[in-house]
Amino acid sequence: MTPTSIPAETGIRLTEAERRARSSRNRAIGLALAGLVALFYVVTLAKLGLHLPFKG
Amino acid sequence: MTDIGWRQSEVRISLAEPGDYWRLLKPRVMSLVVFTAFVGMIAAPGPIDPVLGLVSLLAIAVGAGASGALNQWWDADIDAIMTRTRSRPIPAGRVTGAETLTYGLTLSAFSVMTLGLAANWLAAGLLAFTIFFYVVVYSMVLKRRTAQNIVIGGAAGALPPVVAWAAVTGTLAWPPIVLFAIIFVWTPPHFWALALLKSEDYARAGVPMLPVVAGEDATRLQILLYSLLLFPVGLMPWGLGFAGTVHGIAAAVGGAIFVGLAAVVFVRREGAPARKACGRLFGFSILHLFTLFAVLAGERLVAAAF
Repeated sequence: MTPTSIPAETGIRLTEAERRARSSRNRAIGLALAGLVALFYVVTLAKLGLHLPFKG
Repeated sequence: MTDIGWRQSEVRISLAEPGDYWRLLKPRVMSLVVFTAFVGMIAAPGPIDPVLGLVSLLAIAVGAGASGALNQWWDADIDAIMTRTRSRPIPAGRVTGAETLTYGLTLSAFSVMTLGLAANWLAAGLLAFTIFFYVVVYSMVLKRRTAQNIVIGGAAGALPPVVAWAAVTGTLAWPPIVLFAIIFVWTPPHFWALALLKSEDYARAGVPMLPVVAGEDATRLQILLYSLLLFPVGLMPWGLGFAGTVHGIAAAVGGAIFVGLAAVVFVRREGAPARKACGRLFGFSILHLFTLFAVLAGERLVAAAF
């Protein structure tokens, strides 16, 4: 089977506005995912702090 | 196969910016939810880890935003007709209904799960119920069918302090139910003052708001009656002993002004003075609710500090 190829003249070419919008959406999704990782990290630390008191 | 068969005209490339997705969350409504939930959290007895408290507030805010997005998905047709809402992302063509539905459902699930993990599952269940009530009961069932839409639907906007209280204590008690009652009774005169100003918009969109269905005079009477009811309800935190004298004074003074402004709305029924009276009541209603909750939080914070 021949690999799929998109001829340059028939492929989808984004306009500058479309490219800019997609790029800003990608950045926002990346930040949201990083935020979620940080969120669950701090929640885990806080829950451990509440439920597993250290005995000195 | 060498040609995937797409043509530029058949493919929709989104022009949506992150700001459009932010607007789908109804940030102004979300800020009021965060504020009332924060007060519910401060008012609740018992400690909460500050990190878990902040995460719980964030989850409540995102849950409120998710219900706002789902509301815009369902109401896109009437939003396109009303001048107040026609520039929202869906009627403006920047985000599709399907994208909004996916976005709203995803955020709903994440906010409920996060609140359950950070606080407890009673709070998470209440948040899920709040989202369900706003989207299904208010938006899908009541809004286009009855003039009592915002009276019953107002319960969704009144629940955030209850959710926040449950997040701290893991239980329910009378104080959060009183906070719920204040917002619940405050909602009809607040929205009907706006509806009197925008009644043509609602009529054009076919939304049976009270001024459209029962007429402006009946609406003015209802505004006055609910304002009279709000006066004693606003005093309940002081009367039941979980708020101090400052709150009692603020509730009495603010409640009296509220009734006074509602009386002006009732009396002035024609032209610019009538519109001005509605605008003043609408503006003051926001200040009154803010004051009632801010004073309650202030009293708790001062008591904790000394």
